[in-house]
Amino acid sequence: MNEKYTLDNLPLNKSAVVNNVNCKESLKNRIYDLGILNNVKITPVYKSPFGDPTAFIVKNAIIALRNKDCKNITVTPI
Amino acid sequence: MFVRNSVAAKISVNENERTDFKIALAGNPNVGKSTVFNALTGLKQHTGNWTGKTVECARGTSKIFDKYFSVTDLPGTYSMLSFSKEEEVAKDYLAGNEIDCVVIVIDSNVIERNLSFALQVLSLQTKAVLCLNLSDEAEKNGICIDKDELSLNLGIPVISTCATKKRGLKELKSLIYDVCTGKTKCFRVSRLYENVDVLNSDSHRENAEILSQHCKDICAKCVCNNKNIINERTKKLDKILTSKITGIPIMLLLFGFIFWITAVGANYPSEWLSIFFDFLKTNLYTLFSYLNVPQFFTGLIIDGIYTTLTWVVSVMLPPMAIFFPLFSIIEDSGYLPRIAFNLDKFFSNCGAQGKQSLTMAMGIGCNACGVTGCRIIESPQERLIAVLTNNFMPCNGRFPTLIAIIMMFFAGSTLAFVNSIKVALILVSVIVLCVIITLITSKLLSVTVAKSEPSSFVLELPPYRKPQIFKTIVRSLFDRTLFVLGRAVAVAAPAGAVIWLMANIKVGDSSILMHCTQFFDPFGHLLGLDGVIVMAFILGFPANETVIPIIIMSYMSAGTLVDYTSYDQLFSLLTANGWTTTTAVCMMIMCIMHFPCSTTCLTIKKETGSLKWTAVSMIIPTVIGIILCLLTANILSLF
Repeated sequence: MNEKYTLDNLPLNKSAVVNNVNCKESLKNRIYDLGILNNVKITPVYKSPFGDPTAFIVKNAIIALRNKDCKNITVTPI
Repeated sequence: MFVRNSVAAKISVNENERTDFKIALAGNPNVGKSTVFNALTGLKQHTGNWTGKTVECARGTSKIFDKYFSVTDLPGTYSMLSFSKEEEVAKDYLAGNEIDCVVIVIDSNVIERNLSFALQVLSLQTKAVLCLNLSDEAEKNGICIDKDELSLNLGIPVISTCATKKRGLKELKSLIYDVCTGKTKCFRVSRLYENVDVLNSDSHRENAEILSQHCKDICAKCVCNNKNIINERTKKLDKILTSKITGIPIMLLLFGFIFWITAVGANYPSEWLSIFFDFLKTNLYTLFSYLNVPQFFTGLIIDGIYTTLTWVVSVMLPPMAIFFPLFSIIEDSGYLPRIAFNLDKFFSNCGAQGKQSLTMAMGIGCNACGVTGCRIIESPQERLIAVLTNNFMPCNGRFPTLIAIIMMFFAGSTLAFVNSIKVALILVSVIVLCVIITLITSKLLSVTVAKSEPSSFVLELPPYRKPQIFKTIVRSLFDRTLFVLGRAVAVAAPAGAVIWLMANIKVGDSSILMHCTQFFDPFGHLLGLDGVIVMAFILGFPANETVIPIIIMSYMSAGTLVDYTSYDQLFSLLTANGWTTTTAVCMMIMCIMHFPCSTTCLTIKKETGSLKWTAVSMIIPTVIGIILCLLTANILSLF
């Protein structure tokens, strides 16, 4: 149940809560600003035609992130 | 379309104007600030459904009851701890100015996240109004908001609006009036800002977390049904428009379709306009000879100024007046960010990023606007790459030239259905080629002069919205027409005069123009062009619109007196002067790849702050264009 995922390998349409955002400083701030903070629910919904980036639903908005940045965000599926 | 921002900013800043109060519009990107701004000021700032459309402050004035208000529309901002260039503008303004009332515009659909920004603003400024915009959409999505409770929690008045339908704007105005005049008091809810210092970048995460928690608590009290209800339509559309199989083909088809309508639709008004202008010209000649106007002035005014001016209007205006309204509809629908999303992979492989495709789309309107738009790209290196390569997108002044050449040399100028499809296909291929050149150049730049660390791409994809088709078309048509006409008067007319003088002032036994074209002729032929074309590109530096009229005038002054009211006649003028398919191909290459126009160069200088990069932006496309022309001309001559 308490399995840890990074955001990039969370399957589509599987919701999770954010545990930790560990990207480099400037990106981290932008990610926080978009509402991706600890304990916030996040759901990947679709991928771009070339598999990267991926679109996520966070707080009722759709946010696109690159897979390589998602690697630095750990989540717990719910 | 894209030019409106700066125009609005310029025309309305009048320091001497009477203003009683200062108000500012702030909010997350793409929540409808510009629409509210337009509604308040009666100005017509350009609006569109994507993040980063407004990158500069726009100012206007508004009269509410008996008072005058100066209104500043700040660029959309996700947070006060800015790190993209356009956000800094907003932060500096809010942190450094005494404002009588900040209108915080938020998207009711994403209220929880938007509130976080509202709190950041409120920690800096106390007098404010919260404007819950897009309320009709939120209602449809089943979100209801207790405004009174929210108002109590934040200490400021709250109002729900739907700016596109003008709902709630009257009430908003009187609220602003009341807050400014002190009739309505705002109070500071200090507990919300305990341990929060939004201007201190070291505690960003703590700030964000504290505020996010506050927002969650407030929403729990004031918002019902705040589940994750993304509009089903958006989800369904995205399944198709960003899918592996259909995503890219639909994008190409869509652009092909727009180009097709443009090519087919523009031909008729073009023809009518040139017939009309031609008729007028004959009458002008009669009038001038009746008035005994000296030959010199008749030539200068009719053959020089009038001819160039009317060419620009009749050939440039119709395609642009059709293309841009269509493009604006797409823009309003929210599709543009999906293009960035779809193409990011390509851009990331080239050391750039998907948002560059947004600036490229702006470049089709006007490269100078595209260059300014590059501010939405956060990484300085990627921004530089986007600025330096923007010129590869054929702008307003070059696009119709491409259409004209394609029609004359590759598709047949008659409007048979097959021909028009051909035009659209060739145009799509040309644009794809432009994109490929942009990508290759970006890659080269990213490994040489603009070495960038692997960067990131974070973009909000807005919900699809039904564009206000009629309003958009009318607005865009009007804007575009004014823009092209303005340019025609400002640059095409003087250019016409200069060329005519050059063609008619003789030094030795031939005109200045002849001397120049002869000088460039050997070089031109090397590139599959001729001296006249090379000259035209150089003289077209102030405005690319004038390139073709300069070519026409040069050929005509060389003795081949042909009238060119239709593409057929222009075609015979060009072929009589030695144009072949090779010339046409090389001409198109040169048209896409040469130094940016003077306005764009100035903008690049302004945005990069460096003469070096401005020079680089001129050299790169010119060198690539010359090389490609050399290759093309030589390869095609083998056949």
